[in-house]
Amino acid sequence: MEGVRVSDGGWGRLWRSRAICLVLIMTLSGLLAACGQEPPNGGEQAAGGTTSETTQEEPFRPEEGSLVVYSGREEALVEPVIEQFEEESGVDAQVRYGDTAELAATILEEGDNSPADVFFAQDPGALGALTDEERFRELPQGTLERVPERFRSPDGLWVGTSGRARVVAYNTEVLSESEMPGSIFAFTDPEWSGRIGWAPTNGSFQAFVTALREIEGEDRAREWLEGIQANDPLVYPDNLTALEGVAAGEVDVAFVNHYYLYRAIEEQGADFGARNYYLKNGDPGALVLAAGAGVLDTADNPEASEAFVEYLLSQEAQQFFADETYEYPMIDGVESEEGLVPLSEIESPNVDLSNLDDLQGTLELLQETGVL
Amino acid sequence: MSVLAALAGRLQGARVRKRPPALVWVPSALVAAAAVLPLVYLAVRAAEGGWEDISETVLNGDTLAVLARSVALATLVTGAAVVLAVPLAWLTARTDLPGREAWGVLAALPLVVPSYVGGLVLVSTLGPSGLLQGFLEPFGVERLPSIYGLPGAALALMLFTYPYVFLTVRGVLKDMDPSLEEAARGLGSGRWTVFFRVTLPQLRPGIVAGGVLVALYALSDFGAVSLLQFDSFSREIYTQYTSAFDRTPAAVLALMLVCLVAVMFLLESRSRGRAGYAQNRTRRAAPVPLGRWRWPALVFCGGVVLFALVVPVGVLVFWLARGLASGEVLSPVWESAWHSVYVSGLAAGVAALAALPVAVLAARFPGKMAGVVERLTYFGFALPAIVLALALVFFGANYAPALYQTLPLLIFAYVVHFLPQAVGPIRASLLQARPSIEEAARSLGRGPAAVLATVTIPLARSGLVAGAALVFLTTMKELPATLLLGPTEFGTLATEVWNATSGAFFARAAAPALILIVLSAPPLYLLAIRERIR
Repeated sequence: MEGVRVSDGGWGRLWRSRAICLVLIMTLSGLLAACGQEPPNGGEQAAGGTTSETTQEEPFRPEEGSLVVYSGREEALVEPVIEQFEEESGVDAQVRYGDTAELAATILEEGDNSPADVFFAQDPGALGALTDEERFRELPQGTLERVPERFRSPDGLWVGTSGRARVVAYNTEVLSESEMPGSIFAFTDPEWSGRIGWAPTNGSFQAFVTALREIEGEDRAREWLEGIQANDPLVYPDNLTALEGVAAGEVDVAFVNHYYLYRAIEEQGADFGARNYYLKNGDPGALVLAAGAGVLDTADNPEASEAFVEYLLSQEAQQFFADETYEYPMIDGVESEEGLVPLSEIESPNVDLSNLDDLQGTLELLQETGVL
Repeated sequence: MSVLAALAGRLQGARVRKRPPALVWVPSALVAAAAVLPLVYLAVRAAEGGWEDISETVLNGDTLAVLARSVALATLVTGAAVVLAVPLAWLTARTDLPGREAWGVLAALPLVVPSYVGGLVLVSTLGPSGLLQGFLEPFGVERLPSIYGLPGAALALMLFTYPYVFLTVRGVLKDMDPSLEEAARGLGSGRWTVFFRVTLPQLRPGIVAGGVLVALYALSDFGAVSLLQFDSFSREIYTQYTSAFDRTPAAVLALMLVCLVAVMFLLESRSRGRAGYAQNRTRRAAPVPLGRWRWPALVFCGGVVLFALVVPVGVLVFWLARGLASGEVLSPVWESAWHSVYVSGLAAGVAALAALPVAVLAARFPGKMAGVVERLTYFGFALPAIVLALALVFFGANYAPALYQTLPLLIFAYVVHFLPQAVGPIRASLLQARPSIEEAARSLGRGPAAVLATVTIPLARSGLVAGAALVFLTTMKELPATLLLGPTEFGTLATEVWNATSGAFFARAAAPALILIVLSAPPLYLLAIRERIR
């Protein structure tokens, strides 16, 4: 029994124990920090919802209210636009960043208690999912009309904010632009065996497959998927790694979005080993998709929410998207980055984006063909 | 032999069945109830689809293949982690290995590498046309065997999870009474015989506790399996959420994962049956002289640290340098760093306190109830983080809106997710202490609360510290729950890394990832390594 002596000062021993003290100190300091940093969002809800959005506590701008945006678009693309919007409107916009689909699932789980006012999504699929669950408010006509009809919801529930083209990225050491085929169907040829990379879980890829079904019919889409599968493609988790795979020579071509290339060049230099190729003649492989935003039915502050969506379509914001993100602007009169093939020169297929809502059918097809 | 058997028999401290005091079982039951919340959510979501949807998902041939793949992955990763970690722990705890304290810290550090960073690094080093390929090309190696699939996923997970086994086993080794081994040596047994017949059996609770964490981590991880393209349960669940926006199949898949874990626990409880033991350590074991074996030992330690720590950190530094060279401007991330540290410290403290009653129940009052309660706390760790996060989004937004997206709920999520990391070490440290000490204190007139405070907690100290440290380190790198449940605009280092890697901004990801690793090192050093039992 000599191992541990039970002394009279048991509590003292406990307190003297460095380990316990450390744990307690960490807990207490953390709790203090937590109390000191109560987020405005939580504070507002803790007050029992008695404060309305126009009178809630806002230390700097008591009148203009605040706004919560759930953004599936990355911070580097959104933050500067948010800051500018805050400055011009006086609205305090808070942003929760996350994966587009995870945020859509979150909004669905939150139900009527969602703190989100605006959902800013990476792709039309997630916007469609929330549309199906009737979670959007209708946008003002003036906002809708700024955007070409094919880049907005037919019911006026969301608008496209910037466009991205599907391209075939190719390794510049192995291939040149003149060697690239004119149609996405050419890649089912056995000569491409082992040379293709794709990211079938990617939302833009799935939207492309939906467009393929829409334009070419179910059987042709299945034929294409089976043809590519027969060529033993390398599966990537996303567009970015697929493009990196092309540049590194893991594969010769990959089906990706156009803008990753320009960011990779910006970071890694002009000798980056991949370039974009745009398919011709309205090929489904040259689809142009849109990121978009909508105001949620649970929005506490619909006016500020609508103002924010409208701001995303302003000259300034659109110019920023064009300059910094290499995406295509949705409004006229914005100059695109040098080297970017203009939207008008892309021979994109004639398809209505709002018809690309049968994601379930696409998933079933992808599963039946063993792609997913 | 018979002497060894008798010595081993001494370890099986007789345990008397008794009812736990309310002070132990009430908090344990509350903790277990919290841990069950995600399972309730899954049941609700799965039931929504009706039997047709459920059976369609369960009976699908693809689902069974996913099940088999997940089992294979978890088995492989756990086995490899044990084989790697036990010798490392013994070398750094019980021998005269040069610089063993430093090796002890370095070998534990890979735990702080997030699996989404580790996976990315592995692909860029061992992948086709990766760094190794480039290095070997002059020697005529044109294509390395593919890293994708099971081998790559298992390698990545093994490299970044073996510290679970390493830390628990090292803790047990340091606390172990050397007299048994000395007696066996004195009776003429060789070193190897002593290791396998005396030391290893005593390590079993530590190995099992660490191994369970590794297996659960392998089952729930998404980062590494997605980057290395291995279709495990968590990747399949994620695909359901992201592509289908359909929560029923995802919930059904997650429930199947829960069943798989339940089966694993049935197996584990059999292996645990004879593992109870108790001893009082009176002094430190004399270090085993390695002699000329020190060189292979150093090479072994160096090799593990090279692949699990130096290479990932080196690649991050390379990305950072390349970004800086091309004129990348890095924004300061100090606020995020502070958020990471205090939120992780908070989660560590709360998790250690919540784990204590459960561990006391499991170690001191074994039985059906204890077994069920303890294992319930493990399910949160087995679930992919996105499932857990959505479960708490559901409960938080609808039943506790005042707490939703505030720090308390975020901490709650971390604790539910990481609790077993604290329960395991605390239970293991309690098992090493003889229950008769507590019984003596009771018989001398102390009440249960006084015994808990003056005897049990000091006995469990090393476990509390190790458990809190593990929770701290994993909270530092947690991502999905932080994104969905944290206060709005609450950035941590993990979210900074994620923000940067979701664009093509490797240089911007490298800086917060390096700070994450650097900030995790001192707590690991202070808490898990320098802790001495007086």
